[in-house]
Amino acid sequence: MSTQTSNLEGLINQEYKYGFVTDIEADTVPPGLNEDVVRLISAKKEEPAWLLEWRLKALHYWQKMKEPTWANVHYQKIDYQAISYYSAPKQKKDGPKSLDEVEPELLRTYEKLGIPLHEQEKLAGVAVDAIFDSVSVATTFRKKLEEIGVIFCPFSEAVKEYPELVRRWLGTVVPYTDNFFATLNSAVFSDGSFCYIPKGVRCPMELSTYFRINAENTGQFERTLIIAEEGSYVSYLEGCTAPMRDTNQLHAAVVELVTLDNAQIRYATVQNWYPGDKEGKGGIYNFVTKRGKCLGKYSKISWTQVETGSAITWKYPGCILLGDNSIGEFYSVALANNYQQADTGTKMIHIGKNTRSTIISKGISAGHGQNTYRGKVAILKSAEGARNFSQCDSLLIGDKCGAHTFPYLEVKNSTAQVEHEASTSKIGEDQLFYCQQRGLSTDDAISMIINGFCKEVFRELPMEFAVEAQKLLGVSLEGSVG
Amino acid sequence: MLEIKNLHARADNKDILRGIDLKVNAGEVHAIMGPNGSGKSTLAQVLAGRDVYKVTAGEITYQGRNLFELSPEERAHQGIFMAFQYPVEIPGVSNVYFLRAALNSIRRARGLAELDAMDFMAVAREKAKAFGLDESLLTRSVNQGFSGGEKKRNEVFQMAVLEPTLAILDETDSGLDIDALKIVADGVNALRSPDRAIILVTHYQRLLNYIIPDYVHILINGKIVKVGKKDLALELEQRGYAWVGEAVASA
Repeated sequence: MSTQTSNLEGLINQEYKYGFVTDIEADTVPPGLNEDVVRLISAKKEEPAWLLEWRLKALHYWQKMKEPTWANVHYQKIDYQAISYYSAPKQKKDGPKSLDEVEPELLRTYEKLGIPLHEQEKLAGVAVDAIFDSVSVATTFRKKLEEIGVIFCPFSEAVKEYPELVRRWLGTVVPYTDNFFATLNSAVFSDGSFCYIPKGVRCPMELSTYFRINAENTGQFERTLIIAEEGSYVSYLEGCTAPMRDTNQLHAAVVELVTLDNAQIRYATVQNWYPGDKEGKGGIYNFVTKRGKCLGKYSKISWTQVETGSAITWKYPGCILLGDNSIGEFYSVALANNYQQADTGTKMIHIGKNTRSTIISKGISAGHGQNTYRGKVAILKSAEGARNFSQCDSLLIGDKCGAHTFPYLEVKNSTAQVEHEASTSKIGEDQLFYCQQRGLSTDDAISMIINGFCKEVFRELPMEFAVEAQKLLGVSLEGSVG
Repeated sequence: MLEIKNLHARADNKDILRGIDLKVNAGEVHAIMGPNGSGKSTLAQVLAGRDVYKVTAGEITYQGRNLFELSPEERAHQGIFMAFQYPVEIPGVSNVYFLRAALNSIRRARGLAELDAMDFMAVAREKAKAFGLDESLLTRSVNQGFSGGEKKRNEVFQMAVLEPTLAILDETDSGLDIDALKIVADGVNALRSPDRAIILVTHYQRLLNYIIPDYVHILINGKIVKVGKKDLALELEQRGYAWVGEAVASA
């Protein structure tokens, strides 16, 4: 905790810390979406014909779809023809072979964000696939991972170097027909990460990707695919932050995870995109589809997310529990401050026998923030002996915010056990006063109370991420109590 | 150390304190006694800086400074500690984490180096032992699932760690059985020192069997109506608050 007095005015005037724009010449396609644009994206990436076809199928499907309106969020209609669907930073040569060749301007941007690649390489033992706008510019630790057969590279590279793997798994968890935003992504996705853990390999380091939205009016359409073969294990970290912008930016990513027999994937996200200003102007629209498929028996997928940013969050990382005895987990902290809106939760689809799932959701609302938990637990007829435990807690700060919970339950097998617990509480004036009387500032007190509230989720995060998440919550809530 | 002059305070449009005068010197222990609703707890909370009580008149000087210019946390930094009548639960925050954060923010404010987790644990363990706090309570969430007695003991334990200059105990004796009462009293007595003052807010005389006050003040209807030595508390025990009320009315 920092030394802070509760100087209200100073806190209120606190600006989004990561709001700056990197001045790099971008190679941007004119706004609009049609077949030509999709063909252009595919051509720029020198993609094989099958992928172009897949993109085009998605485009044609998308053109017949309607934007969903069921989420508990409100925003001005997005003009999809006003968005540019491709932007890549121009490289002097054909692309950097090492960090030394990366444009210094880019590296400085990362440093401002607190992501010093050089240091991370050495200190943290984290392999970073850094995504700047739409094209990956730096990949580290590749060699080390290659030695044990782990593939961790930009998606576009995987398409070229491991086309059979990509072709086999792409769209098997989130098909191109899945939903409006996932279908859009399938048509125009720019880049992302690809990760493959071979049979029996335990990935020795946390894999990490940092996303950043930069060029104005450029939608971000990342595509991530992670495959864990039999008996393998990987822990993947995703952290993001974006510079300040006036116009809203659309982000529609797709993440697909697949685990085979006895494999495990831990996927953690700290999301800190620009949430808009105090009046609710600007900010990122985060419409993401994340899903894991436990294909093999005794396999396990856990999602852990800390969502503090974005003007609107629409996100339901889920698990399809297909393999017998497979396990799905969802741990979430979602914060909605000022005019932020979050509609997030999970879907656990139990298909295999004795499948188990755990859902722990912590929603925090402050200012005029609206926080919705939306979760679905489906136990299909085949899911003999399936079990689910859900706990959804909401914390309110102030009296202008809201918390909403929509749990959907669908149980078609009588041997299933499903438990749901929910609570709503308020940070009390008496709690704050107690902390202050012991010498803590208002902000430190709030930060402490919030971190206590979120403890069950934070302990699922890798250590350094947990620390970052705690700081982030503190910064995001500064000055939220007068 | 502390001087209160003509203090008036109100809450919910109701006058609660109606002209309190009180002077507390370093090294002294003052007991504030009074019936329910007399304003005892309000006085304690006003000293700690709780803003639901509005001060409408009067002044409070603490170590030569105007107390009203200090926020609750600044008062804590200056050595004011209040043991709460109803200690608050903070789920998910461990007792030692909370207390270390408190101690370090006080130390920072005083320009002292912060204690790291190891050094702090050594202090916490020692004090917990000395003040009869079960060590398992150190790592549990602040006051969560504590019994009434454990909560009060925890308050005294916090006080021992934070080493205040002015300690205000708001009905710390209520809800304690006789053994717990003794432990709490031993804790408070251990903190008595020539440079520290203690204000005990209590409804009953029995705490004063174990903590001998230098002065006893009787608060009725927002005013201190009688001041005496420890015998006053005994007399009160025998004759009841009605006696003081009558005595004041007839005076």
